[in-house]
Amino acid sequence: MSQPTAAHQDAFLTVEGLVVDYPTPAGPVRAVDHVAFSVPRGGSLAVVGESGCGKSTLARAIVRLLKPASGRIVLDGTDLATLTERRLRPLRRRVQMVFQDPYGSLDPHLTAEEIVAEPLRLAGVKDKAERHRRAGELLDRVGLPSSALHRRPAEFSGGQRQRIGIARALASEPDLLVCDEATSALDVSVQAQVLDLLRELQTETGITYIVIAHHLGVVREISTDIVVLKAGRVVESGPTAAVLASPTDPYTRALRRAALDPTAIRGLKPRAAAAPTAAALSSEGTGT
Amino acid sequence: MASPAHDPLLEVEDLQIELVTQRGVVRAVDGVSFTVGHGETVTLIGESGSGKSTTAMGVLRLLPEGLAVLSGAARIGGEDVVADPDAARRARGRTVSLIPQDPMTALSPVHTVGRQLGDALRLRHPGLSRAEARERGTDLMDQVRISKPETRWKAYPHQFSGGMLQRILIAIALAAEPQLLVADEPTSALDATVQAGVLDLLMDLQERTGVGMLMITHDLGVARLVSDRIHVMQEGRFVESGPAEQIVERPEHAYTRRLLAAVPGLGPWDEDGLADDNTPLGAAR
Repeated sequence: MSQPTAAHQDAFLTVEGLVVDYPTPAGPVRAVDHVAFSVPRGGSLAVVGESGCGKSTLARAIVRLLKPASGRIVLDGTDLATLTERRLRPLRRRVQMVFQDPYGSLDPHLTAEEIVAEPLRLAGVKDKAERHRRAGELLDRVGLPSSALHRRPAEFSGGQRQRIGIARALASEPDLLVCDEATSALDVSVQAQVLDLLRELQTETGITYIVIAHHLGVVREISTDIVVLKAGRVVESGPTAAVLASPTDPYTRALRRAALDPTAIRGLKPRAAAAPTAAALSSEGTGT
Repeated sequence: MASPAHDPLLEVEDLQIELVTQRGVVRAVDGVSFTVGHGETVTLIGESGSGKSTTAMGVLRLLPEGLAVLSGAARIGGEDVVADPDAARRARGRTVSLIPQDPMTALSPVHTVGRQLGDALRLRHPGLSRAEARERGTDLMDQVRISKPETRWKAYPHQFSGGMLQRILIAIALAAEPQLLVADEPTSALDATVQAGVLDLLMDLQERTGVGMLMITHDLGVARLVSDRIHVMQEGRFVESGPAEQIVERPEHAYTRRLLAAVPGLGPWDEDGLADDNTPLGAAR
């Protein structure tokens, strides 16, 4: 396992020995198993792996929607892993999350403006007119028309909802944004727009990203460094370009081989493009 | 458009589908024509709302009666299912099978996969005994690369992974011994590695049995890999049609180019295989 590129002293977020267990009737299941990495301020780290590898659990632990069993999550010098909810609350503003499901993650009763203005109110913006103005600005920033202000989630497309989710996350001016499969439910053209938006925001504000994704192409567009998770453990990490161009771990190579890049496919119905992974996969049938 | 030398399995001519919604009548499919021949895979690609799934479901007459109005023609094995819905009923489960999109919800959770696969087999061969159905069924499970089929015959859907369930659905579709498979986003719910296994299986089945396939997908990588021909769909119409290589390497329509440009590329890598060494960085030849 190679060390993350950034040295620990200028890391904005450092995760060390992180362990998350889920209780089950058959005893605890270790979903995240001694994961370590760090991200510099303004950096962008991707966490990749297949479903069930623990990447979403890792994301939830970092924003402390879950309490880790052990390990450290050091954000700008403060260890979030062990803080009580009361001590954590003032820090929550600084770490925001964009969820995978643009349909289930917005309150259907609120208008887009109310959804985005809510964190502003919680952050202590007392003046209602000021909250309206800021919410309007944020929605404009993520590329929604002003006519969107008074519409409710059901009236938006998936891509538009994901933009509302981003605007809401940005409302509290976070230092760290955790995107959990933020574009995987979107059409490819909408996905490209959202990725553009995330890149622009980073250039403008210097925000730090942790991007959870299973699509390696998305990861290549948005991240500088990558961590590959398998069964809760880091099997490979390093600069994204280097890991994708020359993965060393067999699991990363299997992921890389399975990713279908239409422009890289040659010939008519080339079974060889799918076959090597298919062979490697006979182990998949181990369940039951 | 090139058509196969022999009679096509599926011949769609100027198909229009209007859907009755709360906001009035929407023309979801606006005059599409295509054919699928033996051993061919023809793919309809498009983004959500483009009408690709509606086209497939319309061809199978699986859209709700009264809420979907079809015109034009769609001939499966020569019989027009637009003019005669009974022709579609006769074809389904016999000459044509559907591989549905979501493996997690397409099966009954309260019946064993053996029971559900056995039902599909007995629909095709009503005289089959329980033991015979089981023998054929476990053979099909073996064909779709489910190991220990005899044990798993008695397992319930929740005991399988998503990739295995998708292969069970393929086995159920194959129970009909169809000439034509309609696959509606068959791998969209799966991880990339599992997707590769399922796509390889479908291509292998086609090589062995000559089954024709109508593939519905929004994924250009999947479309490029499995297709002979691709139809790019936008707002109910085909904006571009052609051989898979041509669509990806020399797209002519602006929408196709936009779609391709939006696909996040992966760049070259040190794959040990032979596939990557002909053209630099995917440049058009």
